[in-house]
Amino acid sequence: MYPENLRYDKEHEWVSLEGTVATIGISEFAQDQLGEVVYVDLPSVGDSVAAGESFGEIESVKSVSELFSPVTGTVSEVNASLDDTPELVNNACYGDGWMVKVTMDDSSEVDGLMTAAEYETFVSEEA
Amino acid sequence: MNEGLKHTPLYEEHVALGARIVDFAGWAMPVQYAGIVTEHNAVRQHVGIFDVSHMAEFRFFGFEAFSALQRIVAGDLNKIDALGSALYTVMCDEDGGIIDDLIVYHTGDLEYLVIANASNREPDWDWIAAHMPADGVESVDESDRTALIAVQGPEALKVISELAGADYEPPARFTIAEAVLDTKPVLVARTGYTGEDGVEVLCRMQDAAPLWRALLSFTEVTPCGLGARDTLRLEMGYSLYGMDMDRGVDPVSAGLSWTLAMDKGDFIGREAIAGIKERGPERKLVGLTVAEGIPRHGFAVLHEGTEVGKVASGTFSPTLGYGIATAYVPSGLSTPGMVLTIAIRRKFAEAIVTRRQFLKKTSLSPSAS
Repeated sequence: MYPENLRYDKEHEWVSLEGTVATIGISEFAQDQLGEVVYVDLPSVGDSVAAGESFGEIESVKSVSELFSPVTGTVSEVNASLDDTPELVNNACYGDGWMVKVTMDDSSEVDGLMTAAEYETFVSEEA
Repeated sequence: MNEGLKHTPLYEEHVALGARIVDFAGWAMPVQYAGIVTEHNAVRQHVGIFDVSHMAEFRFFGFEAFSALQRIVAGDLNKIDALGSALYTVMCDEDGGIIDDLIVYHTGDLEYLVIANASNREPDWDWIAAHMPADGVESVDESDRTALIAVQGPEALKVISELAGADYEPPARFTIAEAVLDTKPVLVARTGYTGEDGVEVLCRMQDAAPLWRALLSFTEVTPCGLGARDTLRLEMGYSLYGMDMDRGVDPVSAGLSWTLAMDKGDFIGREAIAGIKERGPERKLVGLTVAEGIPRHGFAVLHEGTEVGKVASGTFSPTLGYGIATAYVPSGLSTPGMVLTIAIRRKFAEAIVTRRQFLKKTSLSPSAS
């Protein structure tokens, strides 16, 4: 149900790790809850992010949600496509709807995140 | 949830369609089905239907109905002398404060139908009743036995005409007429709150669900909720009572001078409004466009660092692709082109003053630019 190669946190973000670079987005459950995304407010390249802290906001017509970073590090890339096409978050939440890439201070931090199976259990309990 | 909330005759239809239901003025109403942007675009490009059965319908009969209503509303009912015609107007108190905005339909020789906001049903009825003469008018609250479905979009009239059968002549813009849609007797009003061509259909409670389903049987029809209703009307600069005006504001400040008939004779609030017109309003409702971020109700509006107002209505415009809002600002800052700031949570976004009609070109005004 949720991609096995990703890790997940309690704020419904997913992380994909390549070396020390973590790509971050929101899960299928999160995009469905939000509804059609119309605006995403992301940090800038070079900004520091810390695990558990807010790094931006994501909005639908009727709601605003904070984005919490699952990892600690420095923003190395931001998905500029989300400026013009925020609906990528809904249509391709694990692919073209990615949000930021972070160069992690300590890549072992992802070990503390949930696996796909653990996240699925978490979602079914929360919903 | 939804306990104690009122249901329209279409409530079960909305639930069956998977709508997200919210409390609106004490009614359990669909805010969205497939999604607000999807529904909004469906209305702008094809046709969408809205359950607005929660709205209030009052009918007034009698030899004194015209003069009684002419005193109560601020617009001129002489404009709707022709049977079937309709007038958008406001109803004010003695201080010029707006009690509600509504549409008056001249439905019979000595008969007027008023459709008013669901949120104001009781205060409107009480106010009108308190200002009716002792004789000569019979007032009836028909709200509980009237359902109302809005059918809006460039393809709306095509759908209505198919349901009405061969030889159907739809009413002209801003008129109301009887019709039979899919065997159901209805009133069809060529009015709406979206800026697109379309109609609002009044029917009996028991006919609402069959009519709703008949409309949905057309593949081009999309069910639309209150969320899309709000984005559609705000793009057009149409006011929403409770957001863009309330009892504490007069029609001049609220940008509704165009609805006033100051020379028709006396009406409640006329003197107070005339005074405001003469002095000039201190504050005016303006439009604001925001390129970065989405303005929302209650956000502070600033000029050179000082708060000068708050966002009244605010949303993301699906058709334009940016944030749009209305706000009361000092008259000196109400000129289109002026640059203000809106505090969007921790950030300050540039907001440009504009006219309140953000979208010009729709199926109602196809050649606008």
